[in-house]
Parts: sequence; C-alpha cells; structure tokens
Amino acid sequence: MKNILKNINKVFDHRIRLAIMSALMVNDFLEFKRLKELLGVTDGNLASHIKALEKENFIITEKQFVNKKPNTRYKISSAGRKAFKNHLHALEQLLNQE
Amino acid sequence: MLFKVLSMNKKEHLENLATIKEIMGRSTQFLSLSGLSGILAGIYALLGSFLVYRLIENHNSEYITLESYTFKMILLTASVVLLLSVFTALLLTFRKAKKSNESIWNPVSKRLLFNFLIPLVTGGIFIFLLISNRIYGLIGPVTLIFYGLSCVNASKYTHKDILFLGLSQITLGLLSTAFPGNSLYFWAFGFGVLHIFYGSIMYFKYDRQH
Repeated sequence: MKNILKNINKVFDHRIRLAIMSALMVNDFLEFKRLKELLGVTDGNLASHIKALEKENFIITEKQFVNKKPNTRYKISSAGRKAFKNHLHALEQLLNQE
Repeated sequence: MLFKVLSMNKKEHLENLATIKEIMGRSTQFLSLSGLSGILAGIYALLGSFLVYRLIENHNSEYITLESYTFKMILLTASVVLLLSVFTALLLTFRKAKKSNESIWNPVSKRLLFNFLIPLVTGGIFIFLLISNRIYGLIGPVTLIFYGLSCVNASKYTHKDILFLGLSQITLGLLSTAFPGNSLYFWAFGFGVLHIFYGSIMYFKYDRQH
C-alpha cells in the first residue's frame, strides 16, 4: 500500500492538472489557446495550473514568434511523462484494491 | 497527504480516470462529425444513381460519348450530388461542433482534412488521367477505392466507424473492378447504402447524446 501511495503524485491532485497532462501526453505540443478550449477554463485558471506543473519540470514552455505574433506552446517533459505514467498506474492499483 | 489519498473514494478516482480518457480522446480526435450528414449524403447518392440509371436507360445508341447529352447530364448529376453532400456535411458538422463547444477549425480537424484529402485528390487526378486516356470502365471502382482510402486515412483523427466505412468502400471498389459493367450498382451501394448505414450508426451512437 505504501508503495502505491509513493507514486500518487500530489501535484496531479487536481482535475485541471490531470487534464493538462493527459492532453500533453497524446499531443507533441499544444498552444495555450488550444489547451484553454479543450479544458474549458479561464486564462488565469489555466495559467496558474501550468505554472505549478512547470515548477515541477513536468512541462516545457516554448515561446516563439509565428507571423511576428508571440506564440506560447507547451510540451510534456520526459520527467512529466514518467511521473504521470506512475500516477496513472498507482490510481489503477488503488482501484483494484478497493 | 497519505491520509488525503486514502480518503479519496473510488468514485473520485474513477471520475479522474474518465476525465483523463476523455481529454486524451478529444485532444486527438475531431468528434463533431455529423452522422446525419452521412445519412443525407447516402440519400442524395441513391437519388443521383436512380437519375443516372434512367438517363442510361433512355440513351438510344450503344455507346455514351463524352459529347453526348447523356454524358453531360451524368456529369451534372454527379457534381450536384457531390456538392450537396459536402455542403450538408459542413453545415451539420458546424452545427454539431457549436453545440458541443468544439471549434470546427482546430489542429485536429486540420489534420483530419489533410489526411482525408491526400488519397482523395490523388484519386481525382487519377480519374482525370483515366478520362483523358479514354479508359472509362474503371471510373466507378476507382472513386470507391480512393474514397475508401481517404476514409481509412482520416479515421485516425475521428470516430472509428469511419475506418469501417472506408474498408467497406475499398472492398466494394475491388469487387466492382472484378465484376465490370455493374459499376452503377456498386456505386449506388457504396455511396448510397453504406453512407446511410454507417451514418445511422454514428447518428444513434454520438449525435443524439447532445
């Protein structure tokens, strides 16, 4: 039981963060606007959760210029991928135990 | 932390897993494709096929030349069926996307369209070349095969039903090649009956939820 809980990640203990990670797991990258549309959240809300995930180095921010307009896109890091996989695995095990 | 996880109940975990699954699906697949537009496209195709059948029946010489009234009418019928189908698909898909708050022009729908168009445009050019080389017998089967390939190629970015629609069209196109002279029947079955069949499946599976 302790082993399972070790992999339950506190950072993912929020629906929006789970959703951000899920979307980035299956897409090479996503722009802020697209993430916002997928999750149906406000700018501020999304930005704060992105910040939290960034702080853990789970996602990578890429700022660039597309047609002279600033454009921000997000990628999942390998650490983020690993942590998310472990988290999912732990969730699964918890469910199987109950 | 330990306590908090333990206190989270099974329902909450299941809800989280459902969210994860839903977001993964929605961020990689364009799900607003309208089943109803498939049904309507099938009906247009059946009506068009019937019209073409009558045109051929009333044609008084043995061969249909490119300059004949019959050929021009067949071409007109096919174009009207195609335009109506595309227009209906766009309109209903746009409506459905609006209802489910999905934008119609997003990275996934772009990918869907691009992958759909590769075999379709190839097929279009191929048919054009067939006509300019005076090979008319294969036009029917080739439209079915290339349309089927388009569906298979696009199906990665939308509901899996499109994969089965595509595979059925390809099979039908090959059968139509093996039994020449019956292309109109195969064509009516592929673009008419199959569209109505898969359109209905999609309509009952996805459209009615919204």
